[in-house]
Amino acid sequence: MAKQTIREKLDGINEYEREPVPKDKVKGFKSFVGMVAGEHIAGTEFVIGPMFVAYGVSAVDLVWGLLIGNILAVLSWTFVCAPIATKTRTTIFYQLEKISGFKLVTFYNVVNGLLFSFVAASMIAVSATAVGIPFNIEMPGLEDILPTGPGWIITVLIIGSVITVVSMFGYDQVSKFANIFAPWMPLIFLGGAIAVLPKLGVTHFSEFWPVAKEKIWTGVPMAGQIKFTMWHVIAFAWLCNGGMHLGLSDTTIYRYAKKPVYGLASAAGMFIGHGMAWLASGILCAAAFGDTTPGPIAYGSMGIAGAICVVAAGWTTANPTMYRAGLAIQAVLPALKRWKITLIIGIVVTLLACFPGVVTKLMSFIAFYALLAVPVGAVVFADVYFIPKLGLRQNYAELSGTSFSWIVAVTWALSFAIAKALDIYFQIDGLEFFLAIPGWFASVAIYMTLNYFFQNKHLKIA
Amino acid sequence: MRIALIILSFTGLTLTILPAFLHFSGVIEFERHIEITTIGTILYLSTAPFWMNKRKKKAKAEV
Repeated sequence: MAKQTIREKLDGINEYEREPVPKDKVKGFKSFVGMVAGEHIAGTEFVIGPMFVAYGVSAVDLVWGLLIGNILAVLSWTFVCAPIATKTRTTIFYQLEKISGFKLVTFYNVVNGLLFSFVAASMIAVSATAVGIPFNIEMPGLEDILPTGPGWIITVLIIGSVITVVSMFGYDQVSKFANIFAPWMPLIFLGGAIAVLPKLGVTHFSEFWPVAKEKIWTGVPMAGQIKFTMWHVIAFAWLCNGGMHLGLSDTTIYRYAKKPVYGLASAAGMFIGHGMAWLASGILCAAAFGDTTPGPIAYGSMGIAGAICVVAAGWTTANPTMYRAGLAIQAVLPALKRWKITLIIGIVVTLLACFPGVVTKLMSFIAFYALLAVPVGAVVFADVYFIPKLGLRQNYAELSGTSFSWIVAVTWALSFAIAKALDIYFQIDGLEFFLAIPGWFASVAIYMTLNYFFQNKHLKIA
Repeated sequence: MRIALIILSFTGLTLTILPAFLHFSGVIEFERHIEITTIGTILYLSTAPFWMNKRKKKAKAEV
């Protein structure tokens, strides 16, 4: 058989973007376990774990918060995302296009693209904290928003350039790279935490809990930081991936599942990934006297292996994120080739990564992303399950031939506005981390109400 | 050859995590833990690429 060109190979790939996945293409449970376990140990874990220390979570609150929050996340994947994915067998993007119209879903894609760009910038900065170690670059601290010096900027520019070039060539090579690091990275997190416990005065596992309460998760926030309680941890652990489960972007994955119960595979990501990695990186932070910078704390516990882990974790998150951002933006600029768009995004993202605020404000940003994405998932959820019960029509934009559903647009905008209004009204520190939940309920209620009163019940279908 | 590479990769993974527990237990010093972890990392990263993704490529080619 003749060797295929790259274009032929790409053209030969069918990802069923605009049709349901056929029954003979569904996958077994083990496929999902491996995939999600690897996906949820990422560069972000090096940031989030230390931030729980910085925000003064107590040890008891952290353990209960992670347990409950991660369980809620798994239940969201299992009872919200996976059932819709296996029922429709389509991506949220295609489903949303049928509900809201092409123009609105394009806008949604662009918003996602911009949000992905922020995450990519954050991960470039994370990698830079490790690359800069041998050059004694001044690392940004918890309070730094602006670049800390020319050394930091040069390091970020070099890493961002490399990641951008790799993204331009497509991320097939990076996914192979990520597969190789997937079994090794969790061992670095775990090993690093175990290795520094003696520095904290733990020489037997029975001594861990008292030290955890006194020296690691003390309940006292660092200067200038808000105080996190168990409720904040529950909300963050549950909703940090809100865009994926309640926001339904993981229908892209679970549409290949044989049964909805495969959503339980997310437990591998939540407990091995988030749970273990956040606890471990928090221990690294405490052993480094409260330093929250990923590169130095990993290097300090596992040497060069730790530094490599930070670079790899940041890179393997930044690349697919930048690739997705490129695809999303290309939807509005179809005349431009994807590699050119990726180049432009890469330049913007790399410049953004020079500002350490993209790392120190990552958790707030993740909360904001959930608030934007979850109401959209709620619209799809309501359209699939509740709209028929009201005697109304599903996929109304497809049926009516509209490219922009004002009902979906108003639902999205209004649910976001209601959630932000709650934040402004109550003025509670950290309330931003909870807002996706009222946003979800508001979105369902508004969507159903607007459809009940304004959907054309006499619409004739050709 | 492939079996040998897989064995070496898993040895590398073992050497990545085991030193941490040995140091915690007081068997080896912190610096020794760093050295062995580094060796384990190099061993794993230098052998895994030669069998890990090739298995998936072979499975796809057989379809």
